[in-house]
Amino acid sequence: MKSEIIWMIIGMGLVTYIPRMLPFLLFQGKELPPFLQGVLKNVPYATLGALIFPAIFFIQKDDIWYGVLGACAAFLVSFLGANVIVVVLSSIVVLTVYSYLM
Amino acid sequence: MADLVLENHSSQFRKGLQAGVSIGIGYFPIALTFGLLAKTSGLSITETVLMSMIVFAGASQYISLSLIAYGTGVFEIILTTFIVNIRHFLMGATLNEKSDHDQLIHKIIYSFGITDETFSVAATKEGQVTSGYMFGLISIAYSSWVVFSGIGHLIGASLPQTLQESMGVALYAMFIGLLVPSMKTSVKVVFLAVLGAVFNTILTINDIMAQGWAIVTATLLSSIIIEIVEVFKTRYRGVGHEE
Repeated sequence: MKSEIIWMIIGMGLVTYIPRMLPFLLFQGKELPPFLQGVLKNVPYATLGALIFPAIFFIQKDDIWYGVLGACAAFLVSFLGANVIVVVLSSIVVLTVYSYLM
Repeated sequence: MADLVLENHSSQFRKGLQAGVSIGIGYFPIALTFGLLAKTSGLSITETVLMSMIVFAGASQYISLSLIAYGTGVFEIILTTFIVNIRHFLMGATLNEKSDHDQLIHKIIYSFGITDETFSVAATKEGQVTSGYMFGLISIAYSSWVVFSGIGHLIGASLPQTLQESMGVALYAMFIGLLVPSMKTSVKVVFLAVLGAVFNTILTINDIMAQGWAIVTATLLSSIIIEIVEVFKTRYRGVGHEE
């Protein structure tokens, strides 16, 4: 093992762990102002929007419709009330079938 | 009924494991490809597995490989990793609000396992998040990531191309599956997600900032704007426009 790579991995690990851990240490037992609490309650849904778009359109680099189809399949199956695993598996199946047809 | 039964640690752990299955599936093709690319970038199998074990952050691990290939210095790689992963601070702060009564030391330990995916699953879960649940959720995600990184390096090949591509949708489908149930019951959630998506698309497509920052900025903009709207709605409720 090259020691430079090991140091790089340790450094990457530290700078990744610290932002993950720090909020729990800083805000332990503290009551944040109501406005800030409200903002943090909004974060999951805003993050999900940002995590899905635009990245889902680029899962297949030359064919934007591939991502559009995957997104539509996931939205539809999920809207019908299926649980997350079913949503995941059916999107995979839809796209696999699509690539065989194309 | 069920609310009154104090659930023990191990059943919470099991719930976490179950909730993590889709993450486990979603990490499989990405980890496999990471292992393969790490091999072609000249990392040994020990280094590859060690990176997945110690860093446990997909996007930044991929970026580090391309930086290694460019011959970028170690310091710059670490700095880039920091920038890409700064968004976890916001996620940690959000989860901290949802997990009030746990021991600090448990949170300090499980915070290591906060990724976009474990965060999304935990944050959209109903009710409070317990340490047992987080440990369950993270163990399955972490195992999938570490084991399949190693296997990817070992076999030195990825899945058949069609399967590889179709499995690439897994994590996005999971995000959608987590989001839609809440969208059905809350207009606010719809606005939050749409604004987050629109801001992130504008910031990313126009190359305004690095991806790590774009997600944080889009999330904050959306969350703050909607919260301000909410505050105004509450303040002027009764004046005539609302309800």
